[in-house]
Amino acid sequence: MSVFKTFGKYRNLLAELVKKDIKLKYRNSYLGVVWTMLEPLLTMVVLTLVFSKLLGKGTKDFPVYILTGRLLYSFFSNGTKAALKSVRSHAGMIKKVYVPKYMYPIASVLSGYVIFLISLIVLAVVAVARGVYPTVQLLWGIVPLLQILLMTTGVGLLLATMAVFFRDVEYLWGVALMLIMYASAIFYQVGDVMSAGNAWIFKLNPLYAVIVNFRNAVFGQPMDFQAMGYAFGFGAVSMLLGIFVFYKKQDKFILYL
Amino acid sequence: MEEKNAVSVKNLGVMFHLSEQKVDNLKEYVIRIMKRQMRYKEFWALRDVSFTIKRGERVAILGLNGAGKSTLLKVIAGVLKATEGTVERSGVLVPLLELGAGFDSQYTGAENIYLYGAMLGYSKAFLKEKYDEIVAFSELGDFIHVPLKNYSSGMRARLGFSIATLVEPDILILDEVLSVGDVKFRKKSEKRIKEMFAKGTTVLFVSHNLAQVRSLCTRAVWLENGHVVEDGPVEEVTAHFEKKVAK
Repeated sequence: MSVFKTFGKYRNLLAELVKKDIKLKYRNSYLGVVWTMLEPLLTMVVLTLVFSKLLGKGTKDFPVYILTGRLLYSFFSNGTKAALKSVRSHAGMIKKVYVPKYMYPIASVLSGYVIFLISLIVLAVVAVARGVYPTVQLLWGIVPLLQILLMTTGVGLLLATMAVFFRDVEYLWGVALMLIMYASAIFYQVGDVMSAGNAWIFKLNPLYAVIVNFRNAVFGQPMDFQAMGYAFGFGAVSMLLGIFVFYKKQDKFILYL
Repeated sequence: MEEKNAVSVKNLGVMFHLSEQKVDNLKEYVIRIMKRQMRYKEFWALRDVSFTIKRGERVAILGLNGAGKSTLLKVIAGVLKATEGTVERSGVLVPLLELGAGFDSQYTGAENIYLYGAMLGYSKAFLKEKYDEIVAFSELGDFIHVPLKNYSSGMRARLGFSIATLVEPDILILDEVLSVGDVKFRKKSEKRIKEMFAKGTTVLFVSHNLAQVRSLCTRAVWLENGHVVEDGPVEEVTAHFEKKVAK
């Protein structure tokens, strides 16, 4: 059966898995899906308090700056972590029922993406409250939003494959994510680091390339096309590599689970 | 493949690596690679297995524990990939291997119907249409809205059986599942399976119950250490198998 035909047959499964992830995440919590918005809002408040009140940095729209970075980063972080665990946590099913195995990492990234898209509502509210109004530039925002999905899926497939064979990948990735977080300019102004001659950090970090253009779109600034090209290149390469490695190794999964 | 063949297995071999110690972390892996200590023991669970099953044939797979029966069924079901040789199937295949393997224990029975159904490749519209029938057959009543973690194993199996046998398959794989649930449900499930038999479904059956094998199957394949020892009419093969085991 061709790849497309198989995908068509199991399309319903993908929808069910995404639904399951979202439903179970908020089951047994009183506020339910409201948490998707409340959680980033609360972290934003904490970060704003720490970095603008205590350290005396930032302007009126600093919360919007923090929130844009935080939302994108946490989707990338949660999405890759969920994908990493997805194959192993569905070991019972993989061993007994045949379904295309890529369904599991893809579904965990997609369910994270749905939650992420819902949480963008908070961003809209905070932006307007802080005097950041939408401009035509906001339309460009769709590009970084798609780029981060591509990146997260590619990296997620790669990590999911590696995690089947080596359990340490999970812990190593946790450390790597922390490094990525500090290199993504989520709660500090880029200028502070740049002036110390460390601009290369931002040039190298593909996640920052996504964040910078998303911020440009939100704040009505022109796009940074160099960053956009880099983010797209990284996304495409990680996706191709992820698919290649996953397909190459997927028949061995069952032997290691 | 000829039209009449439902399953055709050619020179099938499945090899497992039995590493002497399980290496599942990066540090040890790197150390071993450097010391050149990645030794594997090769273990062939199946080797040179060939047979074809015609449409409508009911075949029992016999053998002691570890003979390769489950491995064979897993390869035919598509869960496990052959190391060498080929397996061809035609038509809708329903594996009743371990019932409810795709269930999520936090989900309710009703939600699991859609999840497990999707896993077996059914569409949402189809599942919606058949929902009442599944609930009725499983006899779960109000329990269908309770999370699965509160189910007894018999209840889980009943739900699994009801979903898996929803469609009439061309090929049915049975692994000791005829002993699902209580006496009443067992009778009902046997009846449903016999109905499928009557419609000419191809059946692959694994059981240690030779009486059941004789009553259900027309042909038997006897496996030992991953090889086919005998393949023929069910009476003959089971007789030889019994004689061998009695020794």
